[in-house]
This record gives sequence, structure tokens and C-alpha cells, in this order.
Amino acid sequence: MTVSPDLDRRFRDAAADLGLIDVGFDVVDSPIGDLLVAASDRGLAAISFDSEPQDSLERLARIAGPRVLRSSRSVDGARRELDQYFAGRRRTFDLSLDLRALPPFTLSVLDQLARVPYGETTTYGALARRVGHPRAARAVGTVMNRNRIPIVLPCHRVVGATGSLTGYAGGLDVKEKLLELEGAR
Amino acid sequence: MQAVAIPPFERFYEEHRSDVLRLLRRRLGADRAEDAFQETFLRALRAYGRLDHGEHLRAWVLTIAQNVALDTLRRTRPTSELVDASADDAEPAYAELAELTDGLGPKERAAVVLRYGYDLSYDQIASALGSSPDAARQATSTGVRRIRRRIIS
Repeated sequence: MTVSPDLDRRFRDAAADLGLIDVGFDVVDSPIGDLLVAASDRGLAAISFDSEPQDSLERLARIAGPRVLRSSRSVDGARRELDQYFAGRRRTFDLSLDLRALPPFTLSVLDQLARVPYGETTTYGALARRVGHPRAARAVGTVMNRNRIPIVLPCHRVVGATGSLTGYAGGLDVKEKLLELEGAR
Repeated sequence: MQAVAIPPFERFYEEHRSDVLRLLRRRLGADRAEDAFQETFLRALRAYGRLDHGEHLRAWVLTIAQNVALDTLRRTRPTSELVDASADDAEPAYAELAELTDGLGPKERAAVVLRYGYDLSYDQIASALGSSPDAARQATSTGVRRIRRRIIS
């Protein structure tokens, strides 16, 4: 017995409207490929370059609770701002973020990361100095590597001391494209 | 024994939605089944965060569907036609306790099966029946008393 797309969508919309979802997700297409975007009632919870939901569901459940449901409506706000960003019409994001369960050091690094302006780059060492741990460049690199909300928390703007791109969860070509989009390269 | 982990709701929904729709169509017809389908999974979603483990989720959601179907029929049909609404059902979820619980009303029967057949808590049973935990406890004990009386007599 196949559930029609219409019936399926009605249930998902109702679940989102009634606030019964811990975290809703959907696939958002972008110039750098499909993104899996997830949001809770606290805000944007994750952006993943691996758009295959099956791999991400357990991870989302660990962050926000077991009521993980695909729901276009849950990520409407994030989709709109991402579309504007990729179209070059948005430089900062106004979305609230769900950063629960992250340790204090990570939060302070992400807080500094969020202040790196559009179109500019910084280094791991410079971020480490800004959070008051000048020798923690490597730890800052780990925080970038585990960043749950890339693009919006702009870890693509962080490069090595020599200006090399070093690494990126979405691949170096994606990092390069994002910097090009912002006119930083 | 390690408790079975509760899967993310999306996985649970994808796995059981066809069975739920099939049951509801058989009970209510294609038109009314659609609203009942939505109501079933909304009830499941309301209770999902309170589940203790991920066992017997199929039995659990089919029981919710049964009760949504009963509620729908109760709203739209005279009561006399309700009598065999649960007796004609041969869901695997009820199979093992079917004979024993045969004479019980639908709510009591569902409560007894979920409590003793599937070891669910009263909270879980309550969400399945769309009632309070106290009412679920009451339905279970009334059901058990009736069974006991029948066995003894």
C-alpha cells in the first residue's frame, strides 16, 4: 500500500505545524551540490555536504532527540537565506543556531568564527589567539573540522598560515568555490 | 539484555506507513483512511519522545491505528455496528493473546495485549489508546479481572 506524496506531505506539514518534531530536515540544492539541512525549534542545527539522509538521521537524533522527520517546512527559513547567499544577495545570516551540547571551548571558537567577515579569511592561529589560547591552533582546526553548521558558521574562511586552503569537510574545491563566491580569491 | 535503540522517527515512519495505511483502508475505506493515517502518526509522534525502548514498534503503531479507526467509526456509525469491528481483526500483533482476550472490549483488549503481550509501559499504552496513563492502567486491570473470572468459571 503506497502512501501518496500528497498524504505524505500533509502528515509532515502537520507534524511541523504542531511543533511535534525535535529536528526537521530536508535536502536543499545549491551551486555546490545538494545539502542536507536540519533545524530544531532552537534554530539551524546542521548542514551536511553528505545529502543522503540515511547517514545523518542517527547523528541528528543524538543532537536533538528521536523525533527526526524530513519536513520541507522546518527548513524554509534556512533554505531562503542559503538561496540568497548563493545568489550573492546575502552576506550575513540572520538564522538562530542550535548549538546545544557543544563544549565551552568549541562555543567560544565558533563565536569568534562567526565574526570573520564575508569575503575575508583568517588563520587557525589567529582564531586561537582570539579565544585566548594562542597555542591551540590545532584544536581550533579540530573545531573547524567538526563544525555542524558549515557555510553559515564560515569555517571556509579559515586557511593555513601560508594562505593554503588546508582542508574542508565538503572538499577543497567547495571551499575554493565559496571563497570565490565571496570574492575572497 | 541490551534495550533495542529507538530509531529516528523518519526510519520508523518509512518502515510502517504502508502497513498502517493498509489497515486503515481495510477498516475505514480509502477516503476516511487518509485523515486516520495522519492522526495515527501524529499520535505516535506525540508519544515517541517518551518511549523507553525500540521494541515492538510495529505492534505499537498498529494498535494506535486500530484505536484511531475505532474512534473514527464511533464518530460516524451507530454503536451497534461497532461490536465486531475488533473481532474481525487478525493482526499478527494480537495473534498470541487473541483467544484469551477474545471477550474483552476493544480498549481493554488492546491494553491487555500491549501490557502483557508486548511489555509496554502504561505511558506507552496511554499514547496508543489516546487516553491517560491512569485510564490505561484501569483498562488493563479491568481486562485482566474479566479474563480471570472467565477462566475460573
